[in-house]
Amino acid sequence: MSYVTVKDLSRRFDVSKPWLNRVIERRKKAFLTAVDDVSFEIPEKGVYGLVGESGSGKSTIGRMLVGLLPPSEGSVQIGGIDPFDQHDPDAQAHLRSDVQMIFQDPYASLNPRWRVRDIIVEPVVARGGETRGLAEQLLEQVGLSAEDAAKFPHEFSGGQRQRICIARALSSRPKLIVCDEPTSALDVSVQAQVLNLMSDLREELGLTYLFISHDLTVVRHMCDRIGVLYLGRIVEEADSEQLFAAPKHPYTQMLLEVAPRIDEIGREVPEPVGEIPDPINRPPGCAYAQRCPIAQPICSSQRPEFRKLGGTSVACHFAD
Amino acid sequence: MGHDLANPVLSLRDLTVEIKTRRGLLKPVDGVSFDIAPGEILGIVGESGAGKSMTGNAVIGLLDPPARIAGGEVRLAGQRIDTLSSEEMRRLRGKQIGMIFQDPLTSLNPLLRIGDQLTETIRTHLDLGANAARERAIAALDEVGIPAAEERINSYPHEFSGGMRQRAVIALTLCAEPSLVIADEPTTALDVSVQAQIIALLKRLCRQRGVAVMLITHDIGVIAEAADRIAVMYAGRMAEIGDVAEVLRRPRHPYADGLLSSTPAASAGQARLRQIPGAMPRLTALPEGCAFAARCERAQDRCRQGAAPRLEADNGRTACWFPIQHGEVEA
Repeated sequence: MSYVTVKDLSRRFDVSKPWLNRVIERRKKAFLTAVDDVSFEIPEKGVYGLVGESGSGKSTIGRMLVGLLPPSEGSVQIGGIDPFDQHDPDAQAHLRSDVQMIFQDPYASLNPRWRVRDIIVEPVVARGGETRGLAEQLLEQVGLSAEDAAKFPHEFSGGQRQRICIARALSSRPKLIVCDEPTSALDVSVQAQVLNLMSDLREELGLTYLFISHDLTVVRHMCDRIGVLYLGRIVEEADSEQLFAAPKHPYTQMLLEVAPRIDEIGREVPEPVGEIPDPINRPPGCAYAQRCPIAQPICSSQRPEFRKLGGTSVACHFAD
Repeated sequence: MGHDLANPVLSLRDLTVEIKTRRGLLKPVDGVSFDIAPGEILGIVGESGAGKSMTGNAVIGLLDPPARIAGGEVRLAGQRIDTLSSEEMRRLRGKQIGMIFQDPLTSLNPLLRIGDQLTETIRTHLDLGANAARERAIAALDEVGIPAAEERINSYPHEFSGGMRQRAVIALTLCAEPSLVIADEPTTALDVSVQAQIIALLKRLCRQRGVAVMLITHDIGVIAEAADRIAVMYAGRMAEIGDVAEVLRRPRHPYADGLLSSTPAASAGQARLRQIPGAMPRLTALPEGCAFAARCERAQDRCRQGAAPRLEADNGRTACWFPIQHGEVEA
């Protein structure tokens, strides 16, 4: 039974010029498709990874999952509840404390004028819950000390701040945590500490994670199953080990090929061609066709269906 | 590696940068020495606050007061440059030392066409007429892989993608034919596939032109692919320096070893990452002795007293009293 079910999710943003400009310059409305027909499921206590380059729509999906952004089409179900269904306010309130988020920048996501105690218990206070001793207990759980509760965020380093963010996310006893690039702003040795903490908490508390990152090695380490996004679409989905052992989609293959490695010194990397196309004027057919080494004429005219290949699902006409 | 280290392009000896603050004297760069040979890429790694960028800024004379060079020497092709006046230094920058920064938009003027910025730089540093400079600018854009250079030369920076902008910055850096390029996190703001393109370009141009490169980055993967030698910095000091293959395969400093094994790639298939306990000490609270001692499992009494170990402690390779001996482990 999957805890999170995302079905045919799309999100478009209106990026048109103002009405008067459109009339004078005879321009049409313009839409940016950030997320395009994305479906995936996360089982209870599972870790699902979304990888992709900038503009691939990973963060937009995360924001739709926590209810910060309504989808244009499609649906999200978390524990059987749709966060955008307005008919059942009780279930909604419940869902709000079941789903929490950790953001990339631990400097921007903590209020500098609040004490750490107030920051951490905020998700509970907002629903009128009991908070005595909660901040102290959570701080110890994430590897800080109880005395830190009275301090302000500026007294902490980046890694410690991210621990505070994790403590805040845990305070409402959530089931699902959406982590949007949680370690991208951290140094490697601190990143290791935070990732280990997140793995430990997952085991202790039975958490489900949606893990969003551009870093393939981090996603590989953390996730059970991974979806690779390209221009808003999942182009390949597979179990972590399988994805890295036998990538099927040419884009995944390219990503794995060019990612810097520390074990091959002085490696000459085959230079990838081209760049991500403009998401406002998306090419018809496969978005990767212009850069793809195995593209055929059909690729630039017909959109590839998402099809199963063994344990992998892939959106490519020619993957095998 | 075949690089001529006897005649280095850049040579630092005991470079020390100081900042006077109310809380006392800070040393963000403390006694750093290294050489870079022509055509060689030296990668400098370290965590934020380790002094990587400060070292780069000290070399090009762009330290913001109250930071200042308090000791040591910087030599460019044998000539001391840390004692030059700011006017002499200004003429040196761009001409003999090129710079590439993390965010290409901060290096480009948003109000000027790419071509105008290139020709301005070329005419400032080289004695060329307007037409010759323009031709040279087109050739420069062509060389860094910008398609249809003759048309793109009239574009503004905002019309370029992130990768194209960084290519334009590289063209701008190299058009005055510097002998040293300082690249400070040149690919950190870019996506993996674009990063691979930019690294390949940087490598190719340096090899072809024999430019010495100081590549500052926090990404060890980038260094493994691009650099000939690697220098690991910690708390403003040099922790380890050596041939890139040697240091990455057999790190001798416990910090370098910990840094390498805490990357997710290094512990593939393991449930937990190896982590270094604690964090880098703040410059305001540097301990006596080795700055890494509090986090180091090899630390002994000697590490916590007296002066910090320097590279000479291990034949110029590692600043550690008790470096990891790989031969002994295998024997």
